[in-house]
Parts: sequence; C-alpha cells; structure tokens
Amino acid sequence: MTISYTRTDMLPAMAPPVSQRGLVKWLRENMLSTRLNVALTVLATAFIAFVAWNIFPWFWNSVWNAGSLAECRAIVAASAGEGASGACWAFLKPWWGAFIFGHQYPVSDRWRPVLAFGLLFVALAPILFAGQRRNLTIIFSVVAAYLLLTLYLASAPGLAFALAMLLVAGLVAVSQVQPERLLWFTLLYPALCFWLLWGGSIWSPIVAMAGFGVLYAIFRFASPVIGFAPAAGAGVVAAVLWWLFADAPLAGTLQEMIPVDLLRVPSDKFGGFLLAIVIGVTGITFSLPIGILLALGRQSDMPIVKMLCVIFIETIRGVPLITLLFVAAFVLGFFLPPEADFDLLLRVLILVTFFAAAYLAEVLRGSLAALPRGQYEAADALGLDYWRAQRLIILPQALKISIPAIVSSFIGLFKDTTLVVIVALYEPLKGITHLVRQDVNWKGIYWEPYIFVGVIFFLFCFGMSRYSKYLELKLKTDHR
Amino acid sequence: MAEAAKMQVSDEVAIQISGMNKWYGQFHVLRDINMTVMKGERIVICGPSGSGKSTLIRCVNRLEEHQQGQIIVDGTELTNDLKNIDKVRSEVGMVFQHFNLFPHLTILENLTLAPIWVRKVPKKEAEETAMYFLKKVKIPEQALKYPGQLSGGQQQRVAIARSLCMRPRIMLFDEPTSALDPEMIKEVLDTMIALAEEGMTMICVTHEMGFAQAVANRVIFMDQGQIVEQNEPKEFFNNPQSERTKLFLSQILGH
Repeated sequence: MTISYTRTDMLPAMAPPVSQRGLVKWLRENMLSTRLNVALTVLATAFIAFVAWNIFPWFWNSVWNAGSLAECRAIVAASAGEGASGACWAFLKPWWGAFIFGHQYPVSDRWRPVLAFGLLFVALAPILFAGQRRNLTIIFSVVAAYLLLTLYLASAPGLAFALAMLLVAGLVAVSQVQPERLLWFTLLYPALCFWLLWGGSIWSPIVAMAGFGVLYAIFRFASPVIGFAPAAGAGVVAAVLWWLFADAPLAGTLQEMIPVDLLRVPSDKFGGFLLAIVIGVTGITFSLPIGILLALGRQSDMPIVKMLCVIFIETIRGVPLITLLFVAAFVLGFFLPPEADFDLLLRVLILVTFFAAAYLAEVLRGSLAALPRGQYEAADALGLDYWRAQRLIILPQALKISIPAIVSSFIGLFKDTTLVVIVALYEPLKGITHLVRQDVNWKGIYWEPYIFVGVIFFLFCFGMSRYSKYLELKLKTDHR
Repeated sequence: MAEAAKMQVSDEVAIQISGMNKWYGQFHVLRDINMTVMKGERIVICGPSGSGKSTLIRCVNRLEEHQQGQIIVDGTELTNDLKNIDKVRSEVGMVFQHFNLFPHLTILENLTLAPIWVRKVPKKEAEETAMYFLKKVKIPEQALKYPGQLSGGQQQRVAIARSLCMRPRIMLFDEPTSALDPEMIKEVLDTMIALAEEGMTMICVTHEMGFAQAVANRVIFMDQGQIVEQNEPKEFFNNPQSERTKLFLSQILGH
C-alpha cells in the first residue's frame, strides 16, 4: 500500500439530495424529527383547530349595522339561530369619531388631525426612506389618496382642502427633483402639526420657530469669531430670550396685522388615538436625541456631566411611569405658582419623553460598550475630533446594533401612552372604551371595543416592528 | 527586495522622545524611553509580548497618554492640548493589528472620511486620492465593497491606504501582520516595503524578521518596558550584545 496520493481534478459542487431541500426537509426537521416531536405536532395542531373552531363562529356572525347591543343580539339570533354567539361591531359607527379624535374634539375641525396625520408620513418619509425615490413616491401617492378621501369625509373647508392638496403636490414635485430638500418640510412639520392640532393664531408657531432661526444665525456668525462652544451658548441664550420676551408680543402684533387663525382646541379636548399618537410620536421623536446625549454623557470623561446623566437615568428608570404621570398632573401643581398655566398634556409629553430617553440611553450604552475599542482608536488615529468620531463612526454602528432594542422601547412607549388615563386624559383603551360601555345603547358590550383598540395598536406596533426589520436588512454590511 | 542601504535618511528629526515614562495604575509599563527618529528612517521594534512596544508607538499619536518626559512629533509636543493632539494625529498614520476598518462604510468611504472631515478636502478630490492609493495597494476593484467582504490581507492593505490618504509624514504599524494567514502576510509586507522605498518614515512593531532585515535601518529590542538594544539590522541579528536579545532571537529564529 502506498500513502502517496495526488488529486488531478477538483470536484464540482453538486445539488443536495431531495431529502435535504424544500418542504420535505423542513417538515422532517421541524415537525416530525422524533417521536416526541410527532406527538407534539399532532397535539398542537389539535389545539389550534379546537381554538379556531370555537372562536370562528363569533367572528363569522359579526354584526356591523345595528342601533344598540340588544338589536345586535337579535340579528345574531335571527341569522345564526338561538344561542349562537356573534361579535357586535356596530358600536363603531356612532363612536368612531370618539375613538379616533376623542369625544370632545370639535367635530367641525376633525379634518385638522386628519391632515396632520397624513402630513406626518410625508414628514417622516425622507428620514425613514432616505435616498429611496421609489419608496418616497409610493408613500406620497398613498398619502395623497388618503388625504383626498379623508379630508372629503371629514368635510374639510374648501380652502384647507385646496391648500393641503397644493402642499402635497408641491412636495411630490420636490421629491422627484431634489429629494434631499424634503428635510426642510420635516423640520417645519412640528410647528405646522402644532398649529393644526391646537389651532389658534398661525403666528405663534411661526414666531416660535423663528427662535430656532435666531439660534442658528447667531451660532453661524459668532462661531468663527468666538469659537464653537461659546457661539452655541450665545445662540441658546438669544433663543431663550426671544421666546421669553419677543415671542408673545410679536406674534400678537402679526396676528393683528394679518389675522390667520384656526379654532383653538385646548389639550383636554384631545382623546382617542389622536392623543395616543400625539404622545407616542412626540415621545419617540424627542427621546432619541435626548437618549443619545444621555448615553454619551454617561460614557463621558467629565465627572460632573457623567454624574448628572447617571442621576437622571437612574431616577427616571427607578420610578414607574404612572408615578411620574401622577406627579406631572397633580403634585407639580403645588410647586408651580397658581397663575402658571402649564398645559397638562405638555407636562405629560415631557415626562413620557424623558422616560423613554432614559431607557434608550441604557440600550445605547450597551451597544456603545459592545463596539470594539479599535473603532474608537481608528477614529482617533485619523484625527477625527470627539463629535465627528461619534457622529460618523461610533453612533451609526451603535444605533445599528441597537435597532431591535430601540424599536422595542418605542413600541413599549407607544403602548404606554394608554397609561395617561391615570391623569384623566381620554386615551382609547380605557378612556373611550369606558365611555362606550357607559352608553345606554351599548351597555354590556365587553370584548369588541377592546379588540378594536387592540387591533389598531397592533397595526401601529407591527408596522414599527416590520420597519425595524427592513432597516436592519438595509444597513446590514457585515456579510457574516 | 529592497536594499536598506539605498534608502535615504535625512538629518531632520521626525520624532523625539526623551525621558518618557508611563504607568498603568501601579504598573510601570514604559521606563525612561529615549529615542530619536530621523525623517525617512524605518525602525522595527521587536520584543516579547508585554514588553511595552505597542504601548510605545501608541504614545506617539497619543492613543496612550505618557505621564513623564517629552514626546515631540514633527515639531509639535504632545501635551494635554487637544489642538496639538489632533494636529499630530492628522500627520501620523497608524495601522492596527486588527485593521479597525469602519464596517458600516464602503472601502471608498473608509478612505475618504478623514480627508473630507479633517482635512476639508472636496469629496471628488478625496475620492481621486483614495482611488490612487487603492491602486497602489493593488485593490482598486474593491472600492465599493464593504470591509466584511474582503480577506484579511486585503483589509489590512485598505487600512494602510486609509492612513496614506491623509498624506501622513510618519506611519506607525502595530503588529500589522499578526492577525493574518501566512499567504496574506506577504501581500501586506510587499505594500509596506513599497512604502519604505518611497522614503516614508516608519515605525513598525513586528515579528517579521525578514522584513526587518530587508527594509529597516534600525532594529530596537524592548523588554520590560525598556529599550534593551538597538542596532543596524545586520549587526542586530548577527551579533546581538545583550543576553536577553540573544535568548529572544534564538527563540523566534530557532525553529
């Protein structure tokens, strides 16, 4: 026997045998691999079938048109036989508006939240789908169709309707020519949204936004002269002075000269999903930057900055959100001067934002720690300063690692908006549902309103979850 | 391979380290380091692990802080002054053992990032420079891929090109081939040899003694945080003076 061997030709790759591909392989491996697994598969299938069998008729016998619960039950009994169960969704017709806008939001002005909601997606699209013209076009077309339909249904005044359509058309045109310019709309959107939802004079949000303009202008012109940090400080001081002293009189004067205003709707008239979305979107938008700063601060070499961040994070995380909301609503009032008219919803927004930011900061701290030290060193060795290294090298990677966790906490935040019921705001899950169940016509209804609210929440949360999945795939560059 | 003697060493000082000491807590890592590097010199630092050789070159661009003594790089003294540190770092390129490319950016973006943001070079010009250096390290076709798609040797060559894009006057190499397969070591060494032939001032921590013999004009042996011996490569390898050096050389060359 000889031990010498030389291969003369290399073997080509071949397709695997049938048992190793497709459905057969999947079934064998996942459902029927051992006797125990066969038994479990049979049991699980039987259980699913049993549950479906019992729940299905309830959905199948659903009634959508009726004036009261009693009427609903009569219809079910008539169509499916005595004793049959059936869902009654007919309460949605009279209560739809309350679920969406809250029962106190003026009916004549419901087109405003509708418009703000449509424009929200226009404002978000350039961020969520940066540089993807096709996705932008799809979103814009859907929003245009949505606005056409809903503004009509909400009987928006002709002028508002026309302006909204003009705005969307203009933005579509911009998206085709210079998509990056769309970010300007995103920047202006908060002011526009505020004006649409709360109403009042158009000049208040415009003059308030001008404060940011003042900040930027001072920073821009002062920073070459007195340096980066002092210029930023001076800008902030000037902006605060602007908001404190120039804001109200200027807005008032402008309003007298050119009156443009909408019916003012105070915060306590907000309710339903309008309330949930306002709190959720505001919390999500502002908690991300604050959370990033807190996470960086906690990693900072500067002891005071670090200590402040740690105290903030640990305090907020250590207290239940309900307690914070309670403090915001009732306890804060004792400490503020009686004439201070500090809007309840605004207090709630601030606390929810802080709460989410503290959690985000901890999530991000984890991914910052997970980045190899070499990344920091390479950034340093190339001469990037701290902020550039964070912005260009560290944060993109840290945020990418933590996308699932960040989106989880956003989903949690959105669902936590239902907790504002504790401070007597009419959120959909308990607030509005409670009203429905107190209604004489619908007394005794139990599952349906909760299922309805649950389904809507699910749609939003599932949407966020899918988007995070999409983003993860899009940003996947490690090719492992 | 290049003849070390052919390459010019000027009489201008590039790096001056005098009386430098460094501690990690109680541990005295670098002890009284004195060393002058001329422009155009190619220095190889070797020694057992834990001897402080990496720490030494990481002090040169202040990735590590020294507590005593003086380090002057290209006329700028390294102190706590951030401006000086940033200036030195933009003049000194560094190549790491584990490449440390930015995995979320393409190769081209890895190369243009620092020139654009630190040197304020226009994007187009930075890209041209990047392509020039990618051609030099012989992988221009990988420009649009991500680091994760490249082999170790290719990644290390990209890392070298990334440093070169900043047009550094001095290059530091921290065990650039230690994490590579034998087949890839050569491609990286070839790149470094080509760089040496162009007259780049280089300090290289490595165990590649072939490289040291081919291009270095000085080999420094370190142990326990001190410079134990330094000499021309020929003398260093053929006629080591200290017992510690002899032992080290017999261990790394003796198999």
